[in-house]
Amino acid sequence: MNDEIIVSDSELIEPAVTHADVRRSEWLMIIAEAWRMRRTKIGVAIFGGIVLLAVIGPWIAPYSPTEFVAPPYSAPAPTAMWLGSDYIGHDVLTRVLYGGRTVILLALAATVIGLGLGVTLGLITGYARRWIDESVMRILDVVLAFPQIVLTLLFVSVLGPRLWLIVLMVGISHAPRIARVARAATLEVAQRDFVRAAEAFGVPRRKILFNEILPSITSPLLVEFGLRLTYSIGLIAALSFLGFGMQPPAADWGLMINENRLGIVIQPWPVFVPVLLIGILTIATNLIADGLGRALIGIERDTGVG
Amino acid sequence: MPPLLKLILIRIGLGILTLFLVSVVVFAATQALPGDTARAILGKEAANVARYEALREQLGLNQPVAQQYVSWLGGVVVGDFGNSLVQKEPVTQLLARRVANSFVLVAIAALLSIPLSLLLGSITALRRDGKFDISVSIGSLSLAALPEFVTGIILILLFATQVFTWLPAVSHVDPTVPIFEQLDLFILPAITLTLAVAPYITRILRASTIEVLESEYVMMARLKGLPERLVLNRHAVPNALAPAIQVTALNLAWLAGGVVVVEFLFAFPGIGSLLVDSVANRDMPMVQAICLIIAAVYVLANLTADILTILVSPRLRTGLR
Repeated sequence: MNDEIIVSDSELIEPAVTHADVRRSEWLMIIAEAWRMRRTKIGVAIFGGIVLLAVIGPWIAPYSPTEFVAPPYSAPAPTAMWLGSDYIGHDVLTRVLYGGRTVILLALAATVIGLGLGVTLGLITGYARRWIDESVMRILDVVLAFPQIVLTLLFVSVLGPRLWLIVLMVGISHAPRIARVARAATLEVAQRDFVRAAEAFGVPRRKILFNEILPSITSPLLVEFGLRLTYSIGLIAALSFLGFGMQPPAADWGLMINENRLGIVIQPWPVFVPVLLIGILTIATNLIADGLGRALIGIERDTGVG
Repeated sequence: MPPLLKLILIRIGLGILTLFLVSVVVFAATQALPGDTARAILGKEAANVARYEALREQLGLNQPVAQQYVSWLGGVVVGDFGNSLVQKEPVTQLLARRVANSFVLVAIAALLSIPLSLLLGSITALRRDGKFDISVSIGSLSLAALPEFVTGIILILLFATQVFTWLPAVSHVDPTVPIFEQLDLFILPAITLTLAVAPYITRILRASTIEVLESEYVMMARLKGLPERLVLNRHAVPNALAPAIQVTALNLAWLAGGVVVVEFLFAFPGIGSLLVDSVANRDMPMVQAICLIIAAVYVLANLTADILTILVSPRLRTGLR
């Protein structure tokens, strides 16, 4: 973006608003650009379909998720039990219809926490520099040294398998990666005239960070959100699969895989269907993230930024 | 001091600092335990105050936290992680066999995924936007999104249970039999790890190779009229070496974490499945040891890669003179 040209006349009167408006519309441009790509449309369609399934599932489910309807590992029977029964005799189709909500909601929550934390740290380190930057980045390096699932398990081993804990830890483990992106974007924006102008006007630092800089770095954060959501879904589902997420008798896709994996030879459906749905869901969110990423690169190239 | 050496020493210093902070995190995490280790060991018997106090004394829990940390770290440095709370044996002894198994698994996965991603990454970059590039791009985009257990279960359904029954679905590695006689048990877990890590690395490598190919020095070499083979060998490859090294480190670091879910899925007796069991049993000394090992692999892999990068990348080497 040609900041100097856009900002120079108006900044003396109202430095921030004009510029922020220009940058604010950029993420809309990126969504519009991404939407023109087929991969984004496919991703949104699949994602929407699975979310819809998870939302209306409980209403169309034939049984209760905790009702015993047949002997364990019964084979599928058309009209009565399309996907058969699970290790304990629940209806598999019913539990599939119920089991998507938790995965999606917990993953969204973890992503939002990670984004909030990472963006705050990125803004502060990118703007403050010097020792604050150095020391925060060192601490983030330490968090980065633990693979995300290992960091989560370390704290689960101490505090036990609690949902708030795994959501929080997945969020925290996202933070350094998001912070790096936010920091890089902030470093670039912090040099711009409109930030300099705000500094000269004596705008408080917190306001500069959140009112001036943050609106200007939403585009890369949009891409980050899609990417981290993909990993959140995988991590949250994996933690339930390992037995540390949702606990029985809850209906949850990750938990279903754990519960029924020993019967995979006799009755594959209670494992295969949740696996398939989790897999398709992550592919869909990754397609959306990729579309947004490509749109971002394309727009930056066109406007000569980056 | 030569600037190159100084750069390397600073990097080593930072690596050691990170390792130290990692050990603080691992130790501090267990301090958040409601109750303490003595209570965890004794369980209901903790109501017996005399026994509880005696065990606290024996474990050194009456000392200040800082002192406990120092003596714990002192043990860790010489390979003493204390005793497992569940099996009552030294953690190091219980870990040895598991570490060896995981090491072989990660080595096989690395030997499969590194050449595969180097090959796919460079071919797709050279034949950019061709048919092969597009199909690899779609395939890797989808595979990179899949959690490891999804890939693993699909492989189990395909090759071990429902469709074919060529390979074992469960990897019960027998500690009394040499590993090379039971390599079939490593195939599915290794392929699962490869399919999870290779697409991701391929994508990074493709991007960095394209960046090198579009760079000014490669363009300059082309404009000078050098034959394409020389352009690639003399100008493109040396500059693409750095990303290749970084990729290898990334790969190893990723595999160190990937083993957790994959080993659990295949009931493979390595440190990953042991971590899951130990977390379920709240066997803190074991959890601490495994978390430290995995984080150390990550830090050391990155450290080695950074040093090698400093040594091989022409820009860094000459820029310092």
